[in-house]
Amino acid sequence: MEHITLLIGIVIVTALVFDFTNGFHDTANAMATTISTGALKPKVAVAMSAVLNLVGAFLSVEVAKTISGGIIDESAGIRPEVIFAGLVGAIVWNLLTWLAGLPSSSSHALFGGLIGATVVSVGFDAVNADKVVMKVLIPAVAAPIVAGLAAWCATRLTYRLARGRDERDTAKGYRAGQIASAALVSLAHGTNDAQKTMGVITLALVAGGVVAPHSDPPLWVIVSAGLAIALGTYLGGWRIIQTLGKGLTDIKPAQGFAAQTGAATVILASSHIGFALSTTQVCSGSIMGAGLGRKGGVVRWSTAGRMVMAWGLTLPAAGLVAGGAALLADQGDWGVAAVAVLGLAVSGAIWLASRRKPVTHDDLDSRDAVAGAEPAGVVTQALQAVAPPPAGPLTAAVSPSPEAGRAPAAAAAS
Amino acid sequence: MHIDWAALGQVFGVSLVVTVGLVGIFTLGIMGTSPRTGGSADSGAGTGAGALARSGAYACFALCAAAVGYGIYLIVA
Repeated sequence: MEHITLLIGIVIVTALVFDFTNGFHDTANAMATTISTGALKPKVAVAMSAVLNLVGAFLSVEVAKTISGGIIDESAGIRPEVIFAGLVGAIVWNLLTWLAGLPSSSSHALFGGLIGATVVSVGFDAVNADKVVMKVLIPAVAAPIVAGLAAWCATRLTYRLARGRDERDTAKGYRAGQIASAALVSLAHGTNDAQKTMGVITLALVAGGVVAPHSDPPLWVIVSAGLAIALGTYLGGWRIIQTLGKGLTDIKPAQGFAAQTGAATVILASSHIGFALSTTQVCSGSIMGAGLGRKGGVVRWSTAGRMVMAWGLTLPAAGLVAGGAALLADQGDWGVAAVAVLGLAVSGAIWLASRRKPVTHDDLDSRDAVAGAEPAGVVTQALQAVAPPPAGPLTAAVSPSPEAGRAPAAAAAS
Repeated sequence: MHIDWAALGQVFGVSLVVTVGLVGIFTLGIMGTSPRTGGSADSGAGTGAGALARSGAYACFALCAAAVGYGIYLIVA
């Protein structure tokens, strides 16, 4: 048993920061449609989600075990610096997509960051390419299709069955059902994503020789990871909630219920059968499916397109940032310090940029009719500000239209 | 490279069937408990049909609750 060195301490803190961003990035998955259909008040929704995330973190340590030995070959000499660089890459990408209001997979950002940092500092050999394809690429394509189709069929069915009934009479029941399925999504998220952080911290502890390889995460790791994700969830990524709950399509209680039930089912089925699908992509897919399932329902494809683009960019972008960070961190102590300072500076800059046009829970109260039209500009603007160069012209060309098209649509819907 | 198509297909099939089934059952439950807006169709049927619909609806909700319970069991186990 060695002492925890300063470096390992930094890695642990960074991992908890990542866990925190993961929490507020993914609140939207469980709660976006719950909030937009008015099933729960925004604050109540995030509080419930936070509690369930915390509970979920304590339920099992299965994922935490596989993360550390899965995608990256631990025996190839992964040092704490590499994990640190990977985490910085993941955090930066998470914050950028949050600023743009885009739901992107936090796990993919984490994988991308770890892969990028490992490739730069150890080499391609230390990355299990098979595992990357199996655990990241195929699930990324399959998740929205599976969830979207399930939610689409369910929405069609529920509208067909409830034909002729007054929407006001049925809405209450749908909302109640939606709360139950949203709770399941939150709980599943806690068990999965809090554990990813536990896995990373355990990986760092293993890399630093503090705990033996293949051991369970210590209790303090479980507690702190659970608290970090719950806190992030409670603070709420309102920007992303807005995109998923209102930006992508207009969700009515029946659709929200179908989407949430589909998402909860797909997440549970996939994790139980052993073909893990990304929560973010499952939820986005099911919302789109539910949006299309209602007669006259529309999906705003420009928003969906930006979202899919962000999914595609997540792995390479987080990898690039992490690769650069790894290059710097490999230079020694001053390099690690430089990465830490740069990471803090970038995060601070993104936070400042977000303050210029903040999106708060007040914007999301579903009874607030004007909310839909105005913040659309925030999303578009933020994306224009942060869009990566190759995508820049495309976004710039597309973005005026959703904004113009959305205002009347939102007005008509409300 | 080994891609586990069987698992993916299973996830797909199970998700589709369970989602559609649950949403369908829940919708039936909602139908049983919410008043009919058509009005003319069953206004004469009286309370007997209403009670039947109501108990059927509660059975549907119970099924859904059981599904949620099974979901929690899956997460915990």
